[in-house]
Amino acid sequence: MKNDKTEKTNAGQVLVKEIKKELSPKAGKRSVWRSFLIPFLAIITGLIFGAFFNVITNVEVYTAFGRSFFEGLSFAWNTVVVSYTSLFKGAIGDPKLIATAISSGDKALIIKSLEPFFESLVATTPYIFGGLAVALGFKAGVFNIGVEGQIFIGASASVFVGYYFTGLPAYIHIPFAFLAGAAGGALWGFIPGWLKAKTGGHEVINTIMMNYIAFRLNDWLLRGPMRREGTFQPVSPEIQVSAELPRFFPDPSRFHVGFFIAIVFIFIVYIFLFKTTWGFNLRMVGSNPSAAKYAGINVPRNIILAMTLSGALAGLAGANEVLGVNHALFVAFSSGYGFDSIALALLGNNNPIGVGLAALLFGTLNNGATRMQMDARIPVEIISIIQAMVLMFIAAPAIIRTIYRLKDSKEKDQTMAATTRGGK
Amino acid sequence: MLKSLAISQKKYEEVSRTKQIVLGVVFILIGILIHIVFTSKVDASMTTTFGLNPGGQEKVLPDWTMNSYYTLLGFSAACIVLGLLQIFVGLKQWTNRILGILIGLFIFGFLIWGAAGKSLNLEGLLMTTIQRAVPITLGAFAGILCEKSGIVNIAIEGMMLSGALVATIVASLSHNLYIGLIAGMFTGLLLAWLLALLSIKYKTNQIIAGTVINIFSIGLTSYISARFVQQYEFLNSPGTFPIWKIPLLSKIPIIGPVFFQNSIFVYAMLVLMVVIHVALQKTRWGLRVRAVGEHPKAADTLGINVFKTRYMAVLLGGLIAGLAGAFFTLGSVGRFDKLMTSGKGFIGLAAMLFGNYTPAGSFGAGMLFGFADSLGTRLSILNVPIPAAFLLMAPYVATMILLAGVVGKSTPPAADGVPYEKE
Repeated sequence: MKNDKTEKTNAGQVLVKEIKKELSPKAGKRSVWRSFLIPFLAIITGLIFGAFFNVITNVEVYTAFGRSFFEGLSFAWNTVVVSYTSLFKGAIGDPKLIATAISSGDKALIIKSLEPFFESLVATTPYIFGGLAVALGFKAGVFNIGVEGQIFIGASASVFVGYYFTGLPAYIHIPFAFLAGAAGGALWGFIPGWLKAKTGGHEVINTIMMNYIAFRLNDWLLRGPMRREGTFQPVSPEIQVSAELPRFFPDPSRFHVGFFIAIVFIFIVYIFLFKTTWGFNLRMVGSNPSAAKYAGINVPRNIILAMTLSGALAGLAGANEVLGVNHALFVAFSSGYGFDSIALALLGNNNPIGVGLAALLFGTLNNGATRMQMDARIPVEIISIIQAMVLMFIAAPAIIRTIYRLKDSKEKDQTMAATTRGGK
Repeated sequence: MLKSLAISQKKYEEVSRTKQIVLGVVFILIGILIHIVFTSKVDASMTTTFGLNPGGQEKVLPDWTMNSYYTLLGFSAACIVLGLLQIFVGLKQWTNRILGILIGLFIFGFLIWGAAGKSLNLEGLLMTTIQRAVPITLGAFAGILCEKSGIVNIAIEGMMLSGALVATIVASLSHNLYIGLIAGMFTGLLLAWLLALLSIKYKTNQIIAGTVINIFSIGLTSYISARFVQQYEFLNSPGTFPIWKIPLLSKIPIIGPVFFQNSIFVYAMLVLMVVIHVALQKTRWGLRVRAVGEHPKAADTLGINVFKTRYMAVLLGGLIAGLAGAFFTLGSVGRFDKLMTSGKGFIGLAAMLFGNYTPAGSFGAGMLFGFADSLGTRLSILNVPIPAAFLLMAPYVATMILLAGVVGKSTPPAADGVPYEKE
């Protein structure tokens, strides 16, 4: 409300600018490279920091330093190489294995050697949906920090449809279960969206509250009405085979069709945001609500729409996980997606395609980390630390500029433009 | 500025008539709810007994026995009468207080219903309540200090988690709980410094800055925990602070055991409540903090250093968040476990909003939320057909209702969340 006055004066100006921007979407190739530079440097710096952190928390490094300085140095270097090599092997695959598999020409062997890569894609899929959810919200100027809860509700709804209905053919059952997931998430996004539009209750606080409500609700469902018969564990029944997303390769590979559904959604969201009137209105509300209001756009309705769609996307992430990977619902199965999705949206500059790439990175890192934990005995949580660093560098590009002595770009960082407004 | 203020004032007056009726209906609904739900399974011969002495101690007070049915009937009648009064006469400035009393009646009615034909140790329930309230309330205090200066802090959870871990390790290594406590507080301070740096110097969106700290803390503590703390037991055995009985005060029936027979954390919470209130409302420093949070430009014009004031407030908030974190390990279970704060930082945030950014209000909200929490763990011994999960949801639902402005309202500082650009 505070900025109303300043925004009103240049409302027309902003409107014109927005429309002009719309007319020329390719505003110079140089800025495209620029927009890649900061995320790239942020990721590299995050990885370097991770390596450094890994070394300083390794007791054996200190004993090596105790023997001699150079021994310590080489041991430290060795630690980093071993851990990142195993990260790579766990995320993409062992290059040697892949090479021998390809030269042998055995299809089964090739698939087996590429297994880590496919597993990375499996890990990427929920991140794509989660990142898209947050990015769509950001584009409309709402901060959806409730992806976590929306995933829970979406997954609960989806798993219910998955196990409750029997005898449906797969081509009906799968879309039905997916839709249920989207509807669950959409409901969980709609409530804070409606509250923001109608009462002004800030969506950040409300979505945080909704996360915990979802968490408790989920807990209750799994211990009560949705508990699998014959167990005392809080776990839902297995979904019907007809609701399982098809997998491409025989077990133990889990690579399923969900990844491609996610890719399709990247384009759907892209087209919705940039090629439709609805998307234009949404972005208009995000970039300048006062100007949007003067242009005759119904701001409250767009806020509700954005939160609902954002929630639906998050719900799809939950549906994807239960239908494609777990085939049942567990308590607290998605811890961490909510915060990570925010990082993804920012890393991808709120652009659906950028979000897709960022999700690929996070999925790959997380999947590789599992292998790193087994081989190099480094806890997987180091990835969270790296992710936090990357997010920090993206959110405060000035830090990266200082480190690498980049020139300060005259243009304001667009990433933040949609999000700084409002506060609480 | 003034003009818009006047308009909003007018709006407030206009809605107050509708609000009066809505609240009246709410009062009556509470009464009906008590009547229909609570008295349904209770007959006139049942009695409820509340134990008023802490378990395992000598009995000072006799048990409190009452007739369940007639008490509930009385509560329900009182609610309906007050609701009618509200609609037709209007309770004016008493409205919120009456609402508080009615909510109290409702909760008490709930207990009478649950324990009908049985006995429930009320004192034990209250003693658990204050334990559960400590991290929530301290988290809310941390939030108040930050937000009053205009910095939104959603990283309280992360600060707590890191504080808990560091406090455990340092206390275990030094064999001194106080050093551990201070280390935990300084961990909170360090993360608060990061928050301040990002949001004040780099003008990062404050929610994102908070998210960075949360992700970082979750990752860091889980990493250190998996790599060191869970492996080497000597790093994870700090012990807990002893219970100090305050002479005389702890002898007061009911209140004594709850408030004055506790660890250092409860006393710190009570002292901080007063200190923060006085510091914010009665000192020059507090006035500056509030000015910076409400209108940084005006404050700057008057020669107040906006950045420095904000840094100071956020860092102090971090110290308190670290203290809250240390409670989890040094004041409660005596060891660190992965993700042990389990969202208490966020409930703290809710308590802050609920208490309308005042220390006393936040303490009350913290006690209320702590009560829901402690009741949730005892629900199985009561004959109540409500799953504990729903009771545990109550604080979040209540906060959302409050934020929607239907009942009461929560006013954040005007410049909360807005980075300040010096011209």
